[in-house]
Amino acid sequence: MTDKYTQLVSRGLGRDIARKLGLPQPVPLRRHQPGDPLVAGPVLVQGTGSGADELASALLSWNLDVRRHAVPKEKLGAVILVLDELSGPEDLARPVLTAATSLRDLASNARVITVSRAAVDATGPAVAAARQGVDGLLRSLAKELRAGATGNGILLRDGTRTTSPSTLGALRFFLSGRSAFVDGQFLTVTSDAGQQPDDVEKPLAGKVAVVTGAARGIGASIARTLRRDGATVVVVDIPAAGDQLATVANEVHGTALQLDISREDAGQRIIEHAVQRHGRLDIVVHNAGITRDKLLANMDPGRWNSVIAVNIAAQLRINEALLASEHFRSSPRIVSVASTSGIAGNRGQTNYAASKGGVMGMVRATAPLLAAHGGSINAVAPGFIETEMTARIPFATREVARRLNSLQQGGQPGDVAEAIAFLASDAAGGISGEVLRVCGQNLVGA
Amino acid sequence: MSVHGQSAPGLTDSTPSAAPAATPQLRKAVVVGGNRIPFARTGGAYTKSSNQDMLTAALDGLIARFGLQDERIGEVAAGAVLKHSRDFNLTREAVLGSPLSAETPAYDLQQACATGLETVLGLANKIKLGQIDSAIAGGVDSASDAPIAVSEGLREVLLDLNRARTLPQRLQILSRLRPKDLAPDAPNTGEPRTGLSMGEHQALTTAQWKITREAQDELAYNSHRNLAAAYDAGFFDDLLTPYRGLSRDSNLRADTSMEKLATLKPVFGKNLGAAATMTAGNSTPLTDGAATVLLASEEWAEAHDLPKLAAVVDGEAAAVDFVHGKDGLLMAPAFAVPRLLARNGLTLDDIDFFEIHEAFAGTVLSTLAAWEDEEFGRTRLGLPGAYGSIDRSKLNVNGSSLAAGHPFAATGGRIVASLAKMLHARGQVDGRPARGLISVCAAGGQGVVAILEAL
Repeated sequence: MTDKYTQLVSRGLGRDIARKLGLPQPVPLRRHQPGDPLVAGPVLVQGTGSGADELASALLSWNLDVRRHAVPKEKLGAVILVLDELSGPEDLARPVLTAATSLRDLASNARVITVSRAAVDATGPAVAAARQGVDGLLRSLAKELRAGATGNGILLRDGTRTTSPSTLGALRFFLSGRSAFVDGQFLTVTSDAGQQPDDVEKPLAGKVAVVTGAARGIGASIARTLRRDGATVVVVDIPAAGDQLATVANEVHGTALQLDISREDAGQRIIEHAVQRHGRLDIVVHNAGITRDKLLANMDPGRWNSVIAVNIAAQLRINEALLASEHFRSSPRIVSVASTSGIAGNRGQTNYAASKGGVMGMVRATAPLLAAHGGSINAVAPGFIETEMTARIPFATREVARRLNSLQQGGQPGDVAEAIAFLASDAAGGISGEVLRVCGQNLVGA
Repeated sequence: MSVHGQSAPGLTDSTPSAAPAATPQLRKAVVVGGNRIPFARTGGAYTKSSNQDMLTAALDGLIARFGLQDERIGEVAAGAVLKHSRDFNLTREAVLGSPLSAETPAYDLQQACATGLETVLGLANKIKLGQIDSAIAGGVDSASDAPIAVSEGLREVLLDLNRARTLPQRLQILSRLRPKDLAPDAPNTGEPRTGLSMGEHQALTTAQWKITREAQDELAYNSHRNLAAAYDAGFFDDLLTPYRGLSRDSNLRADTSMEKLATLKPVFGKNLGAAATMTAGNSTPLTDGAATVLLASEEWAEAHDLPKLAAVVDGEAAAVDFVHGKDGLLMAPAFAVPRLLARNGLTLDDIDFFEIHEAFAGTVLSTLAAWEDEEFGRTRLGLPGAYGSIDRSKLNVNGSSLAAGHPFAATGGRIVASLAKMLHARGQVDGRPARGLISVCAAGGQGVVAILEAL
């Protein structure tokens, strides 16, 4: 799973040498395995308001070891900083500085999670300043954490309870090994919609999910993860990738649909297949994507057009069919794979970045259209992920690229899949129109 | 246009009974769908693939398409024409190597090039009788990975050696060996009773029916053109799963033309006196590949939320006496089809799709010529005149073996799955279900034909 350098410097002599030389010291990340405990130790809930109390009692009901006050020297699995009642920047000091005293007691792969309110809803400049301050605070703190620990934040829109299903869902996601490669990120909970799963190990039980581009890499991993979480999976890829697709379908006990998603009738074919074979359609994961890299000065129409056609135009057309279908109306979920290239830009990828930026714009604008049916749509933007594609990057470039994030290593396809599986779950119903980066807090592209 | 539809008196003497085909107590056997791997010219992409590899790959794709993982299928039947003796349980071994339930029974079947179609008919009958609810029919062949046997001389020596008890006996047996005994015995397409290859046999028939070079080339050209168009239209997207880097049949020449075909030199019938007409372009090449078909009762298909494309209505086998030259080696379907259609109260006019396996262009054209021939109708079919002719625009509309290739036992599965899909898409014709006829000729002077009907 982890790269050779990470294995070398995470123990023994290698660790000592790396420390003395000031080299990056990535550690193997704690990744979710069914049956594992949610966190690696006690959870400290910091904050004095009623929101903090409510959250603490919700966590107690998950049978976690919840602390309201730190015990010095006791290793902590997580610190949850509840900052939902800030009225001005001065309000940050006390809870933040109290939490600071616990940072040296974090276990490896621990979690720091802020819960605060969205600055866009602030009633005045001081409130907005305090709320926006959390953003800078969390992102900086995440960069200070070591040993696989991550820092992420949950932003509540006005009117959303601190114990809404999606707040708790996001909290569970961030605490767990499912968010191993998500670092320095915020998830905004827009509403009280969504519901907690009956079985936390099978949050997608009874759901029928379609994954495009599922023959290999991240798509195949998404299919496996959705299956593990209880979904029945339809895997889709171009006919030419049909042999690998069949292998994935057989592995996840699903069905294979060989289909070029850029075909005019792709959406209809996907709906028909899911409904005819599996009786329903709950989740569509737009993962299929291609790259045709070229500096813009050398770009030709073929390269430009094919990337736009597959990466964004096809998603738009399929979504139109989904939105029009009576079979996609029971808390439907769409999750698209975007890219950090679409956020930060990437030399040689003007076409790809345009398409992935397009995905994020599409997601934001589609969210209100799905809300009527209790649906949601979100995007996940992977950073450097260890795949067949990135394995082809020349050694030195690859080595630099995979260290350029707070966790100092590349992510796994499964890390992207975990984020998608969460956003596809009932618990994420109150999260829509969002882009979640799975990049280990990549240092470029903010 | 069919001249003699209503009754064909002479047909009855070779038909077991004139009972109506639609026996009411039988249930329907339906084609759910199929999967094959692209066919590869021998010595190409599948050179290193065994029959078991290819059959398993075709099964894997079928299972993935229809979500049959861990499913206990009623029975799986498949076969290969060129088969290693170690593959005595080829189909069962392929099942065990697939994600199907290991409790799925399987058997091998072999009827030369009709193997694939015969597995469909046999299993469909079991479904109709209620013996099984689901079945997978199929076939595979590799001319690349063909078995090579030791010579008869060496084989006898080896067996005798095994039985010998003393050293002198062994030495005496070994002394019988001659250098020629060490030459391996490779399989060929020659007929054991005539020594003629299949191509030479067909050349005789082609000449007998005066089939022109141009007509054969045109059939080949249409086969390539139709198959290429079907690929471009995505027709095979849910019929085929790529294998070993191939996603289309490697024999397909989308850019072929009548001019190009006309440049090819004849390869068969060069000693017949008249100008030889059969070339590598209008004869199928040796090919590797595998095909499978999922069959079921209607209830099983419905319970599994699977499509019902077409019903397997009826089938018929025929054989001819080619040894004494009474009929051409590959002419059995010319007899099987009139018998089958008569039993079902049908004529050539009642068929919407003709799938006539293109072993050679000359085979298809000789069959059609025989049906259009007054004397053949009278003397060989016992009809008052010619049997009839077909609307050529209904023939092999998505290409056939000349373009796709012909891995012997896999051809039946290829045709059944493709035809079932076409029939389902066509739906109703003149208020009745669309109907398709399959005709496959086979070595040994045999032929198997079948009727499928749209659901």
